[in-house]
Amino acid sequence: MGEEDNIKQRIVEKFVYLNDKVRVQRERRMYAEVAYENFAEVFDYAVKNLGFVVLCTITGLDEGKAMGLIYHLSRENGIVLNLHTNVPMENPVIKTITPYFPAAEAYERELVDLLGAKVEGLAEGNRYPLPDDWPANEYPLRKSWKGKASQTKPASPDEPASRGVEVNKNA
Amino acid sequence: MPDRNFKVSIGPQHPALKEPECFNLILKGEKIAAMNVRLGYNHRGIEKACEERTYIQDLYLIERICGICSHSHSTCFAQTVEEIAGLEVPKRALYIRSLIAELERIHSHLLWLGVAGHEIGFDTLLMYTWRDREAVMDILALLTGNRVNYGINTIGGVRRDVTTDQIPQILAAIDTLEERTKYYVQVGTEEITLRERLSGVGVLSKEDAIHLGAVGPTARASSVNRDVRHDDPYAAYGELLFEVITDNHNDVYGRTLVRLGELMESYKLVRQILRALPVGPITVKAPRKIPAGEAIGRYEAPRGEDVHYVKSNGTEKPERVKVRAPTLANVQVVAHMLKDRFLADMPIVIAAIDPCFSCTDRTISITGGDKRSNMEWSQLRTYGIDWYRKQGLDFTELNKRFKIGNGLK
Repeated sequence: MGEEDNIKQRIVEKFVYLNDKVRVQRERRMYAEVAYENFAEVFDYAVKNLGFVVLCTITGLDEGKAMGLIYHLSRENGIVLNLHTNVPMENPVIKTITPYFPAAEAYERELVDLLGAKVEGLAEGNRYPLPDDWPANEYPLRKSWKGKASQTKPASPDEPASRGVEVNKNA
Repeated sequence: MPDRNFKVSIGPQHPALKEPECFNLILKGEKIAAMNVRLGYNHRGIEKACEERTYIQDLYLIERICGICSHSHSTCFAQTVEEIAGLEVPKRALYIRSLIAELERIHSHLLWLGVAGHEIGFDTLLMYTWRDREAVMDILALLTGNRVNYGINTIGGVRRDVTTDQIPQILAAIDTLEERTKYYVQVGTEEITLRERLSGVGVLSKEDAIHLGAVGPTARASSVNRDVRHDDPYAAYGELLFEVITDNHNDVYGRTLVRLGELMESYKLVRQILRALPVGPITVKAPRKIPAGEAIGRYEAPRGEDVHYVKSNGTEKPERVKVRAPTLANVQVVAHMLKDRFLADMPIVIAAIDPCFSCTDRTISITGGDKRSNMEWSQLRTYGIDWYRKQGLDFTELNKRFKIGNGLK
């Protein structure tokens, strides 16, 4: 695990507050816990100085009072750094990373639609992946969301038949 | 009207599209001035559904994210869960996973070659490649029992062994396919209409491919030497020898050559796997409850890097499952490839990333609500007209001029 440990050392030397927050889970798999206030500088350093030039994806998590976010970054040689951070669920505001990775746009739109994140700096555009008539404030990947869209309206020529959304609970 | 821009919506339902997606184009004459892609029509809520099912149920659900690269998703998920559970998967199982993976790549790339032929009006190529593809489909059915959604994986290994009498059948099919692929390589390099039609179309420079995050053959055809099998080996790939195929044409022609090259590598890999297939068990027992933890799995699917993240909470159901299929990374590159290019290039440029919108959108079973009612044909038509009107497309004047649509608003 030579290289992973070197990277870990470089991160910890640069950011003292990450002293016990970086772990190597196995060969090529690193995890770091970063407070959101420090996230921008750690992310910038990882991308520009540590060679994490590939964004695999962003995972959003419902952690109860907080919204967890994991930015999965990879180097050319396969080492993956999973940067975990979180913001309060009641006001989940994050900054876009599209200046670094334009492809993050789709991943950030998923965070907006499915978890209700507010992404500052994300360009105007189509929503993704939920339908245009999806009710407001219904975020399917939140644990409190149990699979019933709040209203089901009858069809009329002006309005499409709105669809009840159900998750099979018998499974 | 020489300087007037036209807005054209292709999709969500359109005869030229194999899956629902919507491309809104601004056309300046025959050229695409701007493009905007709307996805999500295949969103099925699989990530949420996974949280409400057991790991083994999830494995089968996840396999159904995609009909073509189903093994990619199930393997990626299985190996991620196995990492959390600390399972030592038997080597034979890892080799069988790689074997099915390469057979899947062969069927997917042959399918792509046919689609590409079809999109440029070269339907003979479609007929030939899809006929040949049946050879690999038969082998997949022989080994797994299914042509798609193989169901070969389980948490902790694979469910079916490869028997000694199957090996000669696989090798014979691979010989046939290799012979046929050599012919397609010849067609690809010597057939002038194919080369001329695909060269300089859908251009993506190496810098743009890296900056915009392209993956798989799309990136490798722009000289980006990235392949998860090589960079972050999983299953048996750490012990297998193969070449990562790249090309510097930076266009659809390059993407064709990369896939043809990868087919030839896959044949070598299948032979190598069968020669080196270790003896031993094919599965270890996996616990129903997976200890709390997290892991990220990566997998080189036929279309590019597939990423699965799983977080467990100590129960038999995962806390969170996240899937990033390769098309979501590549579709964002398409708008860049098509800017200022001809509308007529659009079908082949989109086809050249080998898109799979089912994979991309994954995830909520939309079922009928309690008060669901049917719309009359006329209501549906009015709804459609209004919908397009809201998008800025109004045909009222045109309809009046041509005296069509009488009696409708």
